[in-house]
Amino acid sequence: MKILVPTKRVPDPDQPIHLNADKTAADLSGIPCIINPFDAIALEEALRIREEERSQAGSDIEIVAVCIGPQACEKEIRIALAMGADRAVHVVSDEYIDSWVASSLLKAVVDKEQPDLIIMGKQAIDADNNQAGQFLAHHLNWPQATFASEISFEGDRVKVARETDTGIENVSMTLPAVITTDLRLNEPRYASLPAMMKAKRKPVDISTPEDLGVAVEPRVEIISMETLSAKRNCVRVNNVDELIAKLKEAGAL
Amino acid sequence: MKILIIAEAQGSEVRHASRSAITLAKNVVAAENGDIEIAIIGDDIAAAAKAASAYAPTFTLSDALFSHPTADRYGAAIAQIAQQRGADLVIAASTSHGKDCVARAAAALGGTMVTDATACENRDGKLIWQRTMHAGGVAAWVAAHGSPVVVTALQSAYEPAEPTGETSVTALNIDVVALPSAIQFDSVTTKQSDRPDVTEAAIVISGGRAFKTAEDYERLIGGLADKIGGGTGSSRAAVDAGIAPNENQVGQTGKIIAPDLYLGIGISGAVQHLAGMKNSKIIAAINTDDEAPLLDYADFALIADAYEAIPEMMEKL
Repeated sequence: MKILVPTKRVPDPDQPIHLNADKTAADLSGIPCIINPFDAIALEEALRIREEERSQAGSDIEIVAVCIGPQACEKEIRIALAMGADRAVHVVSDEYIDSWVASSLLKAVVDKEQPDLIIMGKQAIDADNNQAGQFLAHHLNWPQATFASEISFEGDRVKVARETDTGIENVSMTLPAVITTDLRLNEPRYASLPAMMKAKRKPVDISTPEDLGVAVEPRVEIISMETLSAKRNCVRVNNVDELIAKLKEAGAL
Repeated sequence: MKILIIAEAQGSEVRHASRSAITLAKNVVAAENGDIEIAIIGDDIAAAAKAASAYAPTFTLSDALFSHPTADRYGAAIAQIAQQRGADLVIAASTSHGKDCVARAAAALGGTMVTDATACENRDGKLIWQRTMHAGGVAAWVAAHGSPVVVTALQSAYEPAEPTGETSVTALNIDVVALPSAIQFDSVTTKQSDRPDVTEAAIVISGGRAFKTAEDYERLIGGLADKIGGGTGSSRAAVDAGIAPNENQVGQTGKIIAPDLYLGIGISGAVQHLAGMKNSKIIAAINTDDEAPLLDYADFALIADAYEAIPEMMEKL
């Protein structure tokens, strides 16, 4: 079995966001970046599936990380390889990529790689779109299970517990399929220093959107951005009575 | 402009979040003219369709195959309806259903989708959309190229629409048996709660890691919420620790809410949590830590222990 895990590079969410000069994108120069946390969960899940399967004779699982983005993504690709991906595909592009373009590029990679399963984050924590997995599943005409909090296999079927607004929904699908991850699926491992060294020897297949025959034509274009601060002037109250009085005064109770 | 709202039924009613999507549609009409239609898909939806028709002419796709929202079947159905109705703009609620099924439909319709829209504007004859990014740290105006444009409305940004008088309900003609069916629904575990949903409650009492057990969270946060008719929320940390149920999580990747009052108790206020509640009308915090980040985003703060302050509040309210 082959599992494909798209891993997006995103700015560290604990760092303040700075915008570029024309205010159309976050300025990432000097900002530490990480693998999108939901994608790290996806990779961890792929690793766990492999570890469980390895205990059974005759099974062999290859895990391929896919990263779309500039040259600087090399660092996050190394981390994915150090976590345990066997190899990586880097689609190098400096251009703005929206969910449509990303899913189209991933479709082209899938056509080449022919994976049995794709596990990816439900959303990237920079753009917060929550689209690419669903788009990709449509492109491939594969079943999808979004917002996974549990994944298990039963015969040739994959069973997924999904986190929805109203509770946990259980679905099952035959492979190939697309699964997007939610927070509670697992806790990703850290890449150790020796693993980072070893990862340098793992293969990275480099291509461009042109190589893949995909036009970079975003459907959603960012016109302008502004950073928001929602800070308020906080009044400290001394006791419960004062708190209740203030809330009543404000019409909130 | 032809606007199609993909509404969700909730029993015999239109789901609250879908009524917020109707408000977004009305804002579009105010900015740029247009006709609004509603589509409802499901099984046993006659009553909800009748309720929906009080907002706009409603079209139904009703079949036992739609008793559960499997994304491949629903996505294809939504795309076909949008094409049949000649929609230029498809609007849905930013619910888990909207994100799962409507996003899949958006891909079939050409891939132009704006998630979690918070505003729209007619700029030089073209509609542009505002949405938040980076956990609510950035507001962006975006242009959507292609047709139709698919938009999900962030519920907390729009008041639910009020009905304006019954119109028509028309059944759609779509070959449902031919729709894709590779996803099998097995079961659902629905939460049992008499409390208002966290996305709909006017008052939300929210608890974090200050609570030691699930029993304490339910007794104190749940108890205070029940006392004042509020809903319950929580931080991710409390959900991860098994103290609060998953449906209660407020934040960037959980529920994004804007109640009249948000009372965060024992919540430090991580960036991801702030993204889910910072637009609440009044924010109050109770925390033992005077340095907790949530306090910077609150109108009122009480430095106190949750285990002492909550029983006192319950007694005095």
